[in-house]
Parts: sequence; C-alpha cells; structure tokens
Amino acid sequence: MPESKVPTLDIRDLKVAVDGKEILRGVNLEVPKGQVHALMGPNGAGKTSLGYAVMGHPKYQVTQGEIIWAGESVLGKPPEERSRRGLFLSLQYPTAIPGVTTTNFLRAALKGQGKELPARDFLKLIREEVAALKMDQSFMSRYINDNFSGGEKKRMEIVQMAVLKPEMAILDETDSGLDVDALRTVAEGVNRVRGDGMGILIITHYQRILDYITPDRVHVMAAGRVIASGGAELVKEIEASGYDPMLREAGIEDEAAAAVSV
Amino acid sequence: MTVAAKDLTKDYKYGFNDGDEFVFRAQKGLTKEVVADISRRKQEPSWMLEFRLKALEHFRQRAMPSWGADLSGIDFDDIYYYVRPADEQGRTWEDVPEGIKKTFDRLGIPEAERKFLGGVSAQYESEVVYHSIRKDLEKLGVLFSDCDTGLREHPEIFRKYFGTVIPANDNKFAALNSAVWSGGSFVYVPKGVRVEVPLQAYFRINTESMGQFERTLIIAEEGSFVHYIEGCTAPTYSKDSLHSAVVEILAMPGAHVRYTTIQNWSNNVYNLVTKRAIARERAVVEWIDGNLGSKVTMKYPSIYLMGEGAHGEVLSVAFAGDGQHQDAGAKVIHVAPNTTSTIVSKSVSKGTGRTSYRGHLKVYPKAHGVKSSVRCDALLLDETSRSDTYPYMDVEAQDVQIGHEASVSKVGDEQLFYLQSRGITEAEATAMIVNGFIEPFVKELPMEYALELNRLIALQMEGSVG
Repeated sequence: MPESKVPTLDIRDLKVAVDGKEILRGVNLEVPKGQVHALMGPNGAGKTSLGYAVMGHPKYQVTQGEIIWAGESVLGKPPEERSRRGLFLSLQYPTAIPGVTTTNFLRAALKGQGKELPARDFLKLIREEVAALKMDQSFMSRYINDNFSGGEKKRMEIVQMAVLKPEMAILDETDSGLDVDALRTVAEGVNRVRGDGMGILIITHYQRILDYITPDRVHVMAAGRVIASGGAELVKEIEASGYDPMLREAGIEDEAAAAVSV
Repeated sequence: MTVAAKDLTKDYKYGFNDGDEFVFRAQKGLTKEVVADISRRKQEPSWMLEFRLKALEHFRQRAMPSWGADLSGIDFDDIYYYVRPADEQGRTWEDVPEGIKKTFDRLGIPEAERKFLGGVSAQYESEVVYHSIRKDLEKLGVLFSDCDTGLREHPEIFRKYFGTVIPANDNKFAALNSAVWSGGSFVYVPKGVRVEVPLQAYFRINTESMGQFERTLIIAEEGSFVHYIEGCTAPTYSKDSLHSAVVEILAMPGAHVRYTTIQNWSNNVYNLVTKRAIARERAVVEWIDGNLGSKVTMKYPSIYLMGEGAHGEVLSVAFAGDGQHQDAGAKVIHVAPNTTSTIVSKSVSKGTGRTSYRGHLKVYPKAHGVKSSVRCDALLLDETSRSDTYPYMDVEAQDVQIGHEASVSKVGDEQLFYLQSRGITEAEATAMIVNGFIEPFVKELPMEYALELNRLIALQMEGSVG
C-alpha cells in the first residue's frame, strides 16, 4: 500500500487473543484522518474487540501485527498515552463511575490530554456540547453514566468526543439501543465534528446510523478478519441481501461460524 | 491559676514551679499518685478528684475487650499519663519522614502548621483567629473553651452533665480517660442559639488539646444548632502511642449537633475512642467520622435516641493502608418511638490494610414507628487488603422499617480502562474512583477539608505518602 501523507490509523495483519483464545485473525484496515469509514459485520465478528485492541484494553493481547497511528506504533503504550496521541473510543457499554460527576470527569480528561481550559471556557464548552446532544444540563452534575439510560450513555460518549476533539475516533455501535430521535441527534453530533481534523471509524451491526452519516469507505468483518471493503454502495448490498453472500465468498458458512467472540 | 503548656515544660527543666509547693517529676505508668497529681495541678474540685480515682479503680479491674482489633502492643506501664520530661523534645525537622514532608507540600500546609503537625514544635499559635471567634460567641452566650477551663469557670453546668453520657465504667478505655483526662473541648450552646460558623478545635491547638486523653463535652440546649470539627486530614505525628478520648454530646429537645472528625494520626498510635450522644425529642445528632491514620483505631460513634422524633446519622469513612487496622462503625439505640437513623460506612483498604465495620443497631420494645437504614460498602484495592463486616441488629419492636445493605468491591478494570482511555493515568484514575467511592462522606465536609481529603487520597494512590 502507498504511504499516506495524511495521518492514518494503520492496522496491519493484526492478531489479538483474549485469555489465550484468538479473537482477531489478521486484520488489515486503514482509516485516514479526514475520512469516515464504517466497519460492519455479523455479531461476534470481532468489531468491538478491534476497538478495544486499538485503544489498549489490557485484556486484549496483541500476538502479531501492528497498530500504527500517524506513523507511530501504539503497541505497548497504555490507554492514556494512546488517548493523548489523539485516539478515542466511544464504548458500546459506557462504564459508570459513581461519585465522579460528568463535569469532573471531563475536566480530568481534558487535563490528561494536556488540553486544560480556563474554568469559564471549560464550563461554556461542556454546556454547549451537552445542549447540542439534547441532554439536560443536570447531567453535568450527575455521576458519569450512573443510572443513565442506554441512549443517554451513548449521547454522553459523543459529548466527550466533541469536548476532547480527538484526531481519530472509533465509535462502537453508537446506534444500538437508540430510538429514531436519539439516533438523529447522535448522527448530527458526529456530522458536526466530522471534517479534515478527524478520522472516524463507525462500528455498526445494522446500518441505521449510516442513513444519516455517509461513509467514505465501508469494511466488513467476519471471523476476526476484514473480508470485504468498498464504497458506500456496500451498505445497500448488505441492506438488500444481508451478510451471507459476502460470508460465502470468504469461505465462511454462515453468521454463526463468523462469530469468534460472544 | 492557670498553668499553660509551655510553662509546664519549663517546669521540668527545673523540676518545680514558682509558687507551687509540689515538685513534679515526670514519670511513666499509672498510679493513684499520678492521678491525684493531675487533679492537683489543675486545681480541680474534690468531686472531680474522686471521679478520677474511682475511674482508676475501675480501669484496673476491668478486662481488656475480648473483641475488636489487636491491642496486645499496648504497654500501659510505658506511657506518660500526663506530661513528658523537658529533655524529650520530640524530633527535629530532619527526623520527619520524606513522604510526610511531601504530603505537606502537596496539600499546601503553611510552614508553622507543618512544624506542629510533624511533631517538631510543641505548639501552634492561632490565638488571633481564636480570640476573634470567641468574642462573637460570647455575644451569643456560647461557651467554647477547653474542658479544664470549662470545669473551672462553669462548674454548675459542667458537673451537671459531665460523665452522664459515658460513665467511667462504660469500658476500660473510658475508665482510663476518666482517670487521666486533660484538654479537649467544652461547648455549651444556649436555648435557641444557632452557631453558624463551625467551631474548630484546631483554633486552640497546643499539645495539651491535641493530647492523648482528651475529653470533650458538648451541650446543645433546646432548639440550638452547632457544628464542631476536630482533627485534620494532614498526617499528624504524635509521640504518644495511646490515644484514648471520650466525647459526650447532649442534644436537648429540637437541638441539632453535627460533630465532624478527621484523624490522620501517625502509624505508631493506638486510637481508642468512646463517642456517644444522647438525643432528646426531635433532636438531630450527626457524627461525620473520618479515619485515615493511626496503627489501630477502635471507634464506634453512637447515638441514643431517647426522645420521640429524634434522628441520628453516622457517616463514616475509614482508610487503611499497610499495617493499619481501622475497626470502626456505629451504634444506634432506638429507645423512643418514631425515631429514625441512617448509618453509612465507606471503607477502603490498600496494601495489607484492614478495615472492619462493627455496627450495633438496637430497637427497644416500646420504640414503634422506627425507621433505620444501614449501608456499609468496602473497597479493596490490593490482593492483600482486607475488610470485614460485623453488623449486629437487635430489633424488639413491631412496626419498624429496618434496611441493611452491604457491598464489597475492587476497583473495576473496566472503570480504570474507561478513565485511562480518556487520557487519565492509572494512578489518577484509581484516585478518582476511590474519591468517587467516598463522595457521600466528602459531600458533608466543609470545602477546605473536602479538597484536602481528595488531594490526600490522590497522594495515597500515587504511593508518595510516607
């Protein structure tokens, strides 16, 4: 592949194991900054695992291959280091931290990135972003993700993305559990930050969110590998015929066989 | 004639005091002579001397508690029960552990306080602050002084209430305190008076008032309000290895007393405290209890809800690091009907630290309509950390609502990862999670204490505290 001048998330032949069991079996993927890519595939294909591996979750052991961001490998670097370098992961199931308010959480995150703001600017920024995601200001003084509904947690992830302004964001199943209105709000949130300054990898099983966010490129994962890549038209194909045709072409019998992780 | 602490030190150099015909030699161990001498030096009335001597008798007869933390390390004969000899000056600044000095830095403790807290200087003068507060209090008729002064200047009030909440024979350590008590605070709030500014023992700090056998007596008359705060979050060095304090609170009908303690004694200290309040009709008593330091702490703030409609709350935090054992909890006794209580206990154990929650909830047969909830949560930070819960409930009334919830947890990997994925280091993330865990407690502290406590926890997580 040609060397890209644009900072790129470059995943090469990545193999990852969890508790000794191989989950990713040689993933190849490139997402340049400034583009929106979609990562689709049946359940258990390893999509979420890929997100965790890129972000450096300790449970996910890289056994082979590379994860390169903006020309530098992130392997062996702790999650906070990867975050400081500009990577972001919006979780599928965001974690609650009782006793830690959203405001304090965001302040600590910005500080951790070296992007600390003067108090007034900070509060103005988070108030704006919370409002833009159609969340009540009271969420700022609530404990982060504690007793939030699924939709509220997802929207809070996008608030974080908007506040932290990462260069490469992986959004893991941001659409799951959202009703139509919430989905539209979240999509608008993503489209607002989309641009030359950010690369986005949207992980999704269904393609609802892609009705609102048009990807520049689409990849399909199954059985721990990327089995197909193409333009936005791939989404229509999946909508029409499901994953089976692609799976068969890749020599995978069906969706059950495509699952490497539960 | 009052004898100030610094004068006493001067005495030892020469072995006598001008104008005082008794010669005092500092000695270890506890005898009738030592007790009699304490009373004499304070020029106490004879009833107090009798009280002390009777307490001494009981202390000698009474057995050590058969439960709780390991107290075998206490050598009663190796303790100065009143004052120390002058040539035992304590330590120099060089002796203070590096970790402690760093903590003072990070907490922004002022210079003068550092020397005092570090055990280098015997006194911390905050006379100016104290005096201005005293003037305001005098206008309200509020009495706030040390107990020695309280006994001397207000004997009628003092005698009426002293020892009525915690009798000398309550337990071995209450007996010890009753025999050799010195210092501590005396607070009296007249009917209907609300003291809006928290009264802080810190204002009167000197070695005597932060001493081993402090005795505090707080009387809040009908409809009054007072908030008393003692201790501090900064690590506090004590030469004395045995601290046995007694705190008595009387909340008259409709009164509201909040008593906040944060102790961070050095790790040579056995901290054994008896704290009890009596709450009359519609009174409210709140114990806010923070245990950060000491080698061993045994402390169970208690509330006797004697009057109908009274309410009691115990909110406590215990933090045990390597080699520490915090054996703490609460005791709430519902004697009267329609009384309510809430107990919330948060314990954090790190390294080989051990926390124990010991709770006693009793509801007497005539106490119908009682509502009580107990919640004890423990957080274990390391493999070697330990936490135990000994809840004891004795409910003899019908028509009561009692709730009990307990949890034990570790710092979750997912929580850590989540914070780290936002650029926060593992140590900071752990601190945030621990601070979040004790948030219900921190919320109740005045802001400077809350900030200091949060910062202290963060330092503990970084492992940079001595």
